[in-house]
Amino acid sequence: MYEKILEIVAEHLDVTVDEINRDSKFEDLGIDSLDAVELVMKLEEGLDIQLDLDRELQTIDDLVKFVEEKSAE
Amino acid sequence: MRKGIIAEELGLKYPIFQGGMAWVADAQLAAAVSNAGGLGIIGTANADGKFVREQVQKIKTLTDRPYGVNVMLLNPNVEEIAQVLVEEKVPVVTTGAGNSTKYLKMWNDAGCKVIPVVPSVAFAKLAERNGAYAVVAEGTESGGHVGELTTMTLVPQVVDAVSIPVIAAGGIADGRGIAAAFAMGAQGVQIGTRFVTAKECHVHQNYKDKILKANDTSTMVTGRRLGHPVRQIKNQFSREYAKIEYTDISNEELDAFASGKLRMAVFDGDEKNGCFLAGQIAGMIKEEQSCQEILEDLWTDAERVIEETYKWVK
Repeated sequence: MYEKILEIVAEHLDVTVDEINRDSKFEDLGIDSLDAVELVMKLEEGLDIQLDLDRELQTIDDLVKFVEEKSAE
Repeated sequence: MRKGIIAEELGLKYPIFQGGMAWVADAQLAAAVSNAGGLGIIGTANADGKFVREQVQKIKTLTDRPYGVNVMLLNPNVEEIAQVLVEEKVPVVTTGAGNSTKYLKMWNDAGCKVIPVVPSVAFAKLAERNGAYAVVAEGTESGGHVGELTTMTLVPQVVDAVSIPVIAAGGIADGRGIAAAFAMGAQGVQIGTRFVTAKECHVHQNYKDKILKANDTSTMVTGRRLGHPVRQIKNQFSREYAKIEYTDISNEELDAFASGKLRMAVFDGDEKNGCFLAGQIAGMIKEEQSCQEILEDLWTDAERVIEETYKWVK
């Protein structure tokens, strides 16, 4: 799942997967709160799950943990 | 001209909302708009629950027509305000500057019609999914907090993306703007800047004069660095802010520099140091009128434009 998430994020940001990692900060990647909402919706489509964005995400690690938590529900 | 679904379902004479502008749109202005047949909306800025309750209780004494309250989601007191709206059974709640998901359900359960102001298709879809009654698709032409997209590009795309009603905002101040909004598929419009100049609006005369004297290029956007861009009339404050925005000043210092500046505009009319939030359409507004005159003007003008536009159809 981690790889798939990175793939979707990379595609959304129009960068290669190597350019992002777990510790990458949203701020550094140029992801603001508007982008975060769009990103989460792209992940829903790509991973075929429902994700209720109920928290602030600041790093890729936050995002991955969020997705893993929601898909376990 | 027909009123349409928004006016019918909300009980309005015109499908025209007056934007819930921070510190500008108080109970007095909102009541004047509602009494004149539009939807007056109280702005709450970063006030606390007590202030909001006072404003809501005040508007109930000034009008028995429908009204709304706008919640600025960046407000640190948002939790208590959300609760006040439930307790006071506010008929319409609009939200801005953020994601309203967290409070939508509780407001819906209390019988409020929730209409988030959205800057993008993704936010509009999210709002619909969470049970919003409608959305206001607000383009970057608007004053105050702005997104990236223009009203012209945002509105039709949001209309395509959701099945709930879409209210267009940003850059509308006359019948042409209203006609354009309808042409793009909107069911109503929200107007801010023009109502700042309304007779019933309490802002300092200097604020109104700045709008009345503005031209098309009089506004600028600052605050992109902190993620909360706002559009305001160019003045010494906005130019100073723009100069320091991308230096190595800290986020906290930058934020502190802007703090209180809107109040300085609204209450003190401080032309140099105040932050005079206004939309790009300020240049078109040349007259101070009552809310009744504004609404009648807007609607008859819209009618005239739509009738004249028909000449393009064979």
